[in-house]
Amino acid sequence: MQILMMILLIFVLAGAVSVALTRNLLTAAVVFMAQSLALSVIWILLESPDLSVTEAAVGTGIDSLLLFVTLKKIREVDHVIQSEKEKEEARHGQTT
Amino acid sequence: MILTNYAEIAAMILFGIGLMLLLLNKNMIKKIIGFSMTDSAIFLYLAAKGYISGRKAPIVTDGVTSAEAYINPIPAGLVLTGIVVSVASSAVLLALTVRLYRKYHTLNLDEITDRARKGEE
Amino acid sequence: MARQLDPNGQSLYARFSRYLSEGDDRLDQDMIREVDAPPAVHDPEPVPPSAPFPPVAEGVKTRHTRVATVAYQLIAMLLTAAISMLLIWTTAKLPSFGDAQNPAHNEVARRYVENGMDETGSVNLVTGMILDYRAFDTLGESNVLFTAACVVLMLLRSGSREERIEIEADERMEDRNRDEILQTAARVLIPMIMMFGCYVILNGHLSPGGGFSGGAVIGAAMILYLNAFGSGASGRFLTIRTFRFVSVLALSFYSLSKAYSFFTGANHLPSVFTTGVIGNLFSAGLIPYLNIAVGLVVCFTMYAFFALFRKGDI
Repeated sequence: MQILMMILLIFVLAGAVSVALTRNLLTAAVVFMAQSLALSVIWILLESPDLSVTEAAVGTGIDSLLLFVTLKKIREVDHVIQSEKEKEEARHGQTT
Repeated sequence: MILTNYAEIAAMILFGIGLMLLLLNKNMIKKIIGFSMTDSAIFLYLAAKGYISGRKAPIVTDGVTSAEAYINPIPAGLVLTGIVVSVASSAVLLALTVRLYRKYHTLNLDEITDRARKGEE
Repeated sequence: MARQLDPNGQSLYARFSRYLSEGDDRLDQDMIREVDAPPAVHDPEPVPPSAPFPPVAEGVKTRHTRVATVAYQLIAMLLTAAISMLLIWTTAKLPSFGDAQNPAHNEVARRYVENGMDETGSVNLVTGMILDYRAFDTLGESNVLFTAACVVLMLLRSGSREERIEIEADERMEDRNRDEILQTAARVLIPMIMMFGCYVILNGHLSPGGGFSGGAVIGAAMILYLNAFGSGASGRFLTIRTFRFVSVLALSFYSLSKAYSFFTGANHLPSVFTTGVIGNLFSAGLIPYLNIAVGLVVCFTMYAFFALFRKGDI
């Protein structure tokens, strides 16, 4: 049990370091989700099943889901601004 | 120095990494991930404080209610509340980030302050 | 999905990753143009593009700003390193991990464990503790969740149609979710997930679980429904009125049943909810009903977070 706990803790720390060093935001969100999952197994090793179920449902599910949907919303706002700029340029190009 | 509290030490290293993400990175999303990571580190520390080796989870089985058979249930209660509050504050931070992006079209904090300063002039 | 392989022959994950990533903390203009031709948007009146911000020229970053930035980064690194070193050195000197003689295990824990099952009636000692001995903490936490949902509602709700860019973005996100596989799988999975969530909530005092985890599981089922069937189908019964009604009802029930202690101190009012036979489903006094209240608040709050981010309205 001690070895399993040490391996999981090393996984959590390695995930934290990789979140800090990557520039791709999608990678950071996915590694954060995997960190929550490893943490959920650590709670079982520390004999708290309530925390394990709650972390699996809330941390892995909802917290990471909010990060993904924020990234998607930001990218959609970019798309709309870009398409409106193109339409404006096309309109200027027709009038002049 | 013999290290027996490796769970607590790992929790403090995680706290340090999360704090560094929060302070040094200019991207808003990374700051929010760092903030959430410091919360997770504190929960790990608290739950490791309540563990007693050789005893079981605090669910009464076979009618045994002596205090020598179960771990300490108090830190588990604190962490249970904390996990949900951490998600709520992350959601508020992400909503603020979306509003900032809508107005300034960037996720970089330095450029946001520059543009805000120029907008005021 | 209609888009399997793009003309460049890249894999789907590579396209998805580039689509969502912020590679260099700036916009990649050709990446935006490459991904998808934007669908035609009906445009009754010409909309001027958003006010162009003056680009931050290189000469603006004076030497003063650069020195300040470097100084800030240096101080931040030193401060973080100092705090971490101090914390690590302190935790290495604390009492040993897992020791039964720790000062953290005092007479309060002993009282909760030894008399917990008789006084609260719940087999799960943690649930009995957070919903009976320390019910104020859970009340505060439910209030925090409700407040966070209200704040996100105020920030992201676009009901007054003032930000046109945001509305168009939300509408375009809606156009992309007619997926056969997801709908078929959701039809099978959603009832099972909801049943499991209800099981976890109701058995909060008999086994690991409780209001928080069960509520999050049911919230995940509602999110799956929104994702698979679109906002038209889910807008029929998951509206802002339902959210308001259920959240306020659950929170007031919790407050009224536990807040009389403000006036009576530690004395309990005599009530019809007795401890009952330990091990039954509806034993343990008020705990199953409080679990249901907490579960309802959590599930609607989680759904509200996701729906506000996804489509700007609940």
